[in-house]
Amino acid sequence: MEYVIIGNGVAAIGAVEGIRQWDAASPITIVSAEPYKVYGRPLISHLLAGKIHESDIFYRSDDYYDLRGVKLLLGMRAVQILPDKRKVASSDGRMLPFDRLLIATGGIPFMPPLPGRDGPDVYTFTTLDDVRKIEVLIGKAKKIVVIGGGLIGLKVSESLHDRGIRVTVVELADRILSTAFDPIAGEIIRKHLTEMGMEIILQNSATEIVRENGHIRAVIMSDGTRRDCEAVVIAIGVVPNISLVEGTGIKTNRGILTDDFMETSVSGIYAAGDVAEAHDLLLGQRRVTPIWPVAYLQGQYAGFNMAGAKIAYRGSIPMNSIEFYGIPTVSIGLSNPVGENYEVRHMYLPERNLYRKIVLKDHLLAGAVLVGRIQRAGILTGLILNRIDCESFKEELLKDDFGLINLPVEVRKKMLAVNP
Amino acid sequence: MKRVYPREEVCIGCHLCEIACIVEHSASKDIIKAFKAETPRPTARNLVEEEGAISFSVSCRHCNEPPCVQACISGAMVKDYQSGVVRHLEEKCMGCWSCIMACPYGVIRKNPVRKTVIKCDLCPERPIPACVEACPNRALIFEER
Ligand SMILES: Cc1cc2nc3c(=O)[nH]c(=O)nc-3n(C[C@H](O)[C@H](O)[C@H](O)COP(=O)(O)OP(=O)(O)OC[C@H]3O[C@@H](n4cnc5c(N)ncnc54)[C@H](O)[C@@H]3O)c2cc1C
Ligand code: SF4
Ligand code: SF4
Repeated sequence: MEYVIIGNGVAAIGAVEGIRQWDAASPITIVSAEPYKVYGRPLISHLLAGKIHESDIFYRSDDYYDLRGVKLLLGMRAVQILPDKRKVASSDGRMLPFDRLLIATGGIPFMPPLPGRDGPDVYTFTTLDDVRKIEVLIGKAKKIVVIGGGLIGLKVSESLHDRGIRVTVVELADRILSTAFDPIAGEIIRKHLTEMGMEIILQNSATEIVRENGHIRAVIMSDGTRRDCEAVVIAIGVVPNISLVEGTGIKTNRGILTDDFMETSVSGIYAAGDVAEAHDLLLGQRRVTPIWPVAYLQGQYAGFNMAGAKIAYRGSIPMNSIEFYGIPTVSIGLSNPVGENYEVRHMYLPERNLYRKIVLKDHLLAGAVLVGRIQRAGILTGLILNRIDCESFKEELLKDDFGLINLPVEVRKKMLAVNP
Repeated sequence: MKRVYPREEVCIGCHLCEIACIVEHSASKDIIKAFKAETPRPTARNLVEEEGAISFSVSCRHCNEPPCVQACISGAMVKDYQSGVVRHLEEKCMGCWSCIMACPYGVIRKNPVRKTVIKCDLCPERPIPACVEACPNRALIFEER
């Protein structure tokens, strides 16, 4: 058996670990466009902020690949997949044969067409190399505009702010963090970031990057206002990196479509992570869930099944844990459900930046948002994933010290007797 | 692997398990020094939950497929497939709380001193974890199941 993995992110590592649980010896080859061993992608904001060193960013030990019999082709790109020949063509002209292939190419930042976009000092923020490029601005640039008030936009803003740069965030929606969080949580964080000295502009968008002799001078907003700046970071979203499968017969929607075993429409070829569209536990349909834990898990299940284990992936739920200047936040599952049939309860103490929201559907927990106090949040995640009937203790779910003791005794005993 | 299983029928909520854990993870390993001289006082890695007459101690279950490891963005949470132990490498931890969000038992705590987390390590220097040994009622069982 020969395994090939395209991409070297966390989904690829999940796959290596999944394969090796079932197949200790067959050769695995990883083709990695980025010239680095796997690193914690979310940590690039910590690196830019100067909170960690570059050597701290690596996710696994230096001898990780060697110890597991993995051949790592760094700085090499897969350029074509030949499903019939069972080969992958790489950028150095090699043909890599495979019996099982995993596509784990992640996402790429979405770049809107914007006058003035092309040219120096427009950045994205998803890779270690992006940090190296932006690092050059530190100590030089005074003012930067960040387009996009989602997770990545706010993370890069916080890091730049920490390094002494004045930051303006421009967000099209009426609130920040609109994908992961709800309006109240978004507002708590917006207020807090503003108090820390960031400018956040809502319901507005960048319409032009103004340049003079090639150098960025300002960004013009849709309402006509203007913000002077010396650089722009575009962070309005990441889209599945599916270009490699065009013309291969591998079916795609937004991402690469996968079945319950993380296999694509072409037998023997699997997909996982930010590039994959896989079963979503709560919506009962396939969906791209571009978060770290899901990428690992999908990779691991792809690995199990590539090695022949035939274990179905239970499905993803979104979850995010982010701290903004000392305010921890967690969102799990359907944090802001649309439609009826949802029972939503919340507890909100604005003066203490404390917020807790619980979303129930048909007696089951479907989502939660926690701001300020997040301890033991995973118990809620477990209730969602394990489809536990919460009707008898739903009042307790809003307590910020909610614990296993609040569960019905038979549920608790069952939980404590098994080893998941 | 051997794991720690609580028996709530016989737990009296005396918190001796937590005290034993604190001492075991202190610098001095001396109960008086650990509580009186070490600042900050070491944190217990298990947690006694109580309400009325019900109480029990929970700590890391060293899951077979640990959600905390899947969620950890830095590689600080690792499963040692040989021993089964889920270890936390503090020097790699970023304090992002992703593992707290993921652990279904709610047994990962914030470290009160550093921006990292703290959890049960199954007492690597002992044959039987300190909490189990300290329990006067056999309300914590360390066994293979
Ligand atoms: C700044 C930032 C902060 C984040 N914070 C969080 C967070 O706090 N929590 C969270 O859950 N998620 C977070 N995420 C999202 C998380 O990082 C992703 O979900 C995760 O990295 C996806 O992993 P992956 O393996 O699917 O893809 P990726 O990590 O994107 O890896 C894919 C790799 O494949 C390579 N590749 C692509 N095409 C080819 C090719 N043709 N040949 C060879 N190699 C190729 C790419 O170069 C890349 O290295 C964050 C992301 C960013 C950018
Ligand atoms: S910390 Fe929680 S999720 Fe991790 S192994 Fe222990 S019990 Fe399982
Ligand atoms: S808090 Fe530390 S151990 Fe937990 S997920 Fe974050 S980096 Fe990993």
